[in-house]
Amino acid sequence: MPEGEQLKFEEALQKLEGIVRALEGEGLTLEDSLAYYQEGIRLVRLCRQRLQEVEGKLQALLVHEGEVVLKEISLPGGEGYGA
Amino acid sequence: MSGQRVLAVRELTAYLQRLIGNDGRLANVWVKGEISNLRRPVSGHLYFTLKDQVAALRCVMFQGRSRNLSFRLQDGLEIIARGQVAIYPRDGVYQLYVAEIFPAGMGMASLALQELAARLEREGLFAAERKRPLPLLPRRVGLVTSPSGAALRDMVTVSRRRFPGIDLVLAPATVQGDTAPLELARALELLGKLGGVDVIIIGRGGGSAEDLSAFNTEVVARAIYACPVPVIAAVGHETDLTLADRVADRRAPTPSAAAELAVPVKTELEERLDILAARARRGVEHRLQMARARLERLVKSRGMAQPQQELYYRQQYLDGLEQRLLASWQRHYGAREQALQLLTARLEAASPLAILSRGYAVCRRPGGGPPIRHSLEVAPGEKVEVVLSQGRLQCQVDDVDGG
Repeated sequence: MPEGEQLKFEEALQKLEGIVRALEGEGLTLEDSLAYYQEGIRLVRLCRQRLQEVEGKLQALLVHEGEVVLKEISLPGGEGYGA
Repeated sequence: MSGQRVLAVRELTAYLQRLIGNDGRLANVWVKGEISNLRRPVSGHLYFTLKDQVAALRCVMFQGRSRNLSFRLQDGLEIIARGQVAIYPRDGVYQLYVAEIFPAGMGMASLALQELAARLEREGLFAAERKRPLPLLPRRVGLVTSPSGAALRDMVTVSRRRFPGIDLVLAPATVQGDTAPLELARALELLGKLGGVDVIIIGRGGGSAEDLSAFNTEVVARAIYACPVPVIAAVGHETDLTLADRVADRRAPTPSAAAELAVPVKTELEERLDILAARARRGVEHRLQMARARLERLVKSRGMAQPQQELYYRQQYLDGLEQRLLASWQRHYGAREQALQLLTARLEAASPLAILSRGYAVCRRPGGGPPIRHSLEVAPGEKVEVVLSQGRLQCQVDDVDGG
């Protein structure tokens, strides 16, 4: 994913916080506030999506015959979730 | 002496200068001795002699160098000086042009490390303004450490606990031994090039000072500096900071602590989003309520000659807006926004104030009360109040026609 292809999580969160502040303040017309609200909900969904996008992989980066490859690995004895 | 010609003094001196200048070892030597005959002229340069029981060495330390001395020199003090040996032609002597001075008693390794650290510092590798912020939610976390060490297990465990789905990429490297510096630097470089890695932890478990040497090498320091994404150093030694610790964007006392810096707690982020979504919704709902309240206040206070039906219509507009709000919770694209704006405009047009502005007036008893809807409600001679778009008229009834 190259930079700028999608809004970064923290940028989306910052925008969302700005929208919420505007909605909580005075000065927005009713129709503007609904437009803001819709944009806010879009950002909430975007952020939630980003939280789910990750896959929980543990990979090792190895160089094989001059090529960089990613290989799934597991820790010997499994992962210590309880620690 | 046949075949040899007589030399001028300067020729011999120049020859010796070349001889000494070509000797790589003399270009950077460490010498230990006791300071004597220390002089500090106003120029700021320092002149002294280093001596031991059998020999003496003339030394000069120029003002640009001596300015940075961290301790005060005095006769009798035993020191280690680093510098270059060269000829001073005017006096026909060789002397040490001192670059740095350290208190005697330091080991060679720590002397060299101090020198390296000072050099990297001058180059700006440790500069605070160069430290980059860590991402709130990294797409992938890069780990540079030994695949068999406890550090890896600790980092994986902490990451999984905080954010079970986080993606981790290990770039394996030996963390001690002769090959460690190059392996660590190479691993950092590969992770930096991989893409999608937003933060990297370089770390190892705790250990003795010797084990740390790889993290005190120039090649590792420069690899961290050159890394395109923020680096957290977790070298695991609290007393002495390694060069890696000083170059890194952040440092952590242990690999576990580094993982806590790199990986957010997923449930906390979800909670934050829930709160923001709820606040956004409350903000809009509050506005709708205000609009509704304003409408009802207008209808009541102006005593509008409106059938109840009209009020219901307007309430229905607001209910419609609220429906839009609820709908946008699930579907927030398309023509709905436009329809909403249309509704809002119609709401404005239908307000009692708008009706008055079109030239209609409300007649009621002075000081308020319900609107007078029928002429027989008042008798000749009674006073009435007529409410206009701008201002009111106080009137007396002359005559009453039936209706």
